[in-house]
Amino acid sequence: MKKISTLILATLALIAIAASSHSGGVYKTNTGTIDFFSHTPVEDISAVNHKVKTAFSSANGKIQFSVLIKDFEFEKALMQEHFNENYMESTKYRTATFSGTITDIAKIKVSTDGTYTSQVTGKLTIKDVTKEVATTGTFTVKGGVVNAKAAFNLNSSDYNVKIPRTVMNKISDDIKISIDADYKHLH
Amino acid sequence: MNRILPLFILLLVTSLMFGQDLDLLEEDEPIIDYTTATFKTNRVVNGHSIETVAKREFDFKISHRFGFVSGGFYDLFGLDEATMRIGGDFGITDNLNIGIGRSNELKTYDGFVKYKFLRQSTGAKNTPISAVWISHTGISTWRWAQPERENLFSSRLHYTHQLLLARKMTEGLSIQLSPTLVHKNLVDSISRPNDILSIGVGVRQKITNRITVNGEYYYVLPNQLATDKTNSLSLGFDIETGGHVFQLFFTNAAAPFEKGFITDTKAKWSDGDIRFGFNIARVFNF
Repeated sequence: MKKISTLILATLALIAIAASSHSGGVYKTNTGTIDFFSHTPVEDISAVNHKVKTAFSSANGKIQFSVLIKDFEFEKALMQEHFNENYMESTKYRTATFSGTITDIAKIKVSTDGTYTSQVTGKLTIKDVTKEVATTGTFTVKGGVVNAKAAFNLNSSDYNVKIPRTVMNKISDDIKISIDADYKHLH
Repeated sequence: MNRILPLFILLLVTSLMFGQDLDLLEEDEPIIDYTTATFKTNRVVNGHSIETVAKREFDFKISHRFGFVSGGFYDLFGLDEATMRIGGDFGITDNLNIGIGRSNELKTYDGFVKYKFLRQSTGAKNTPISAVWISHTGISTWRWAQPERENLFSSRLHYTHQLLLARKMTEGLSIQLSPTLVHKNLVDSISRPNDILSIGVGVRQKITNRITVNGEYYYVLPNQLATDKTNSLSLGFDIETGGHVFQLFFTNAAAPFEKGFITDTKAKWSDGDIRFGFNIARVFNF
């Protein structure tokens, strides 16, 4: 009896170790930064979100983002209110998400300090509209922390964000999104 | 076996922990989700809403109430005459506001202090309503009606204290209750009370993201006002254009300050004595 249970235990231990080494490298942060920028000759508008949740796996290159729309901070309180009320309808569409892949994950050595670049592709969902996006990410490994930076442009009209004719000279359809996140290994 | 069972459970737990996939973005602790934009601006129609202007922002306000629409074409439906107020609200903090204004109604200067001490929220902290305290002081600078008698400066003063309680019921519908005390240092006759209690009810319903319908009624508790006075009722629209909020409405009240529209309103909707009015609000940042 004792022998059998020891055997079962040993097998389970092996499975656990195998599983842990397999999905081993999950890197995560809850304080990533995303900012967006809209430029028109009349007005520049920017907002920043410092509470971005994101994670990637160094094993298979899967990467995810989850962004609470309400956490975007504007310089002007009224702009922030209008952003949430009129454009993003953030009580209805609370989050924006991205789920994709770091194509060259094999090139990124999370245990070796250095700077690596890779294509990142995946699905971006804003206001329940999902579109494919692709950009180049820069991954900087330093002391076990992986910093990722990326930027890309999107059209707000693609994501069901309606800009009234009266403010079209102030709000661009072309929005620049910049990402900056420090991932730490999940223990 | 008894010794092994705990070990077994421990192993099972650790293996589950390691076995987690990348969907670890979902788990997190709930956050406090404060309700915003209960009203489009810091007035329902005549009276204040629970909205405050943000820190270091100045909300410049111009308010007009015209004459009776029943004046017909001869008075261009009331547009020949107007009571107006020019003033503004300033944010000392996001929750503490001060404001001043001047109205041509009895040449009244007014000032107020407004403090939001409770914010409606869901999530980690559940607060069903937002609550605001506001105290106004008004000074009428109208020439004394009887200059020959002894007139005290204090007779020019009146005060209004309000507790504003509001709840954003749904994304579109907000309701506000405003228990109000008006104190007049000087009253029309000795039989009239100096303190007048009333309760305001404000409702707003969104039609689109940028346009709302608003209604406001101030009910003065019985046996306080002279018989020629009546309660104020106002119905209108808020139109938000990004930089401005335009409030366009019909009301029976003439005075654009609390003591005036709550306790001095004479015109009755039932007599067709309705005025067109508007408030224009423009926010400046400092």
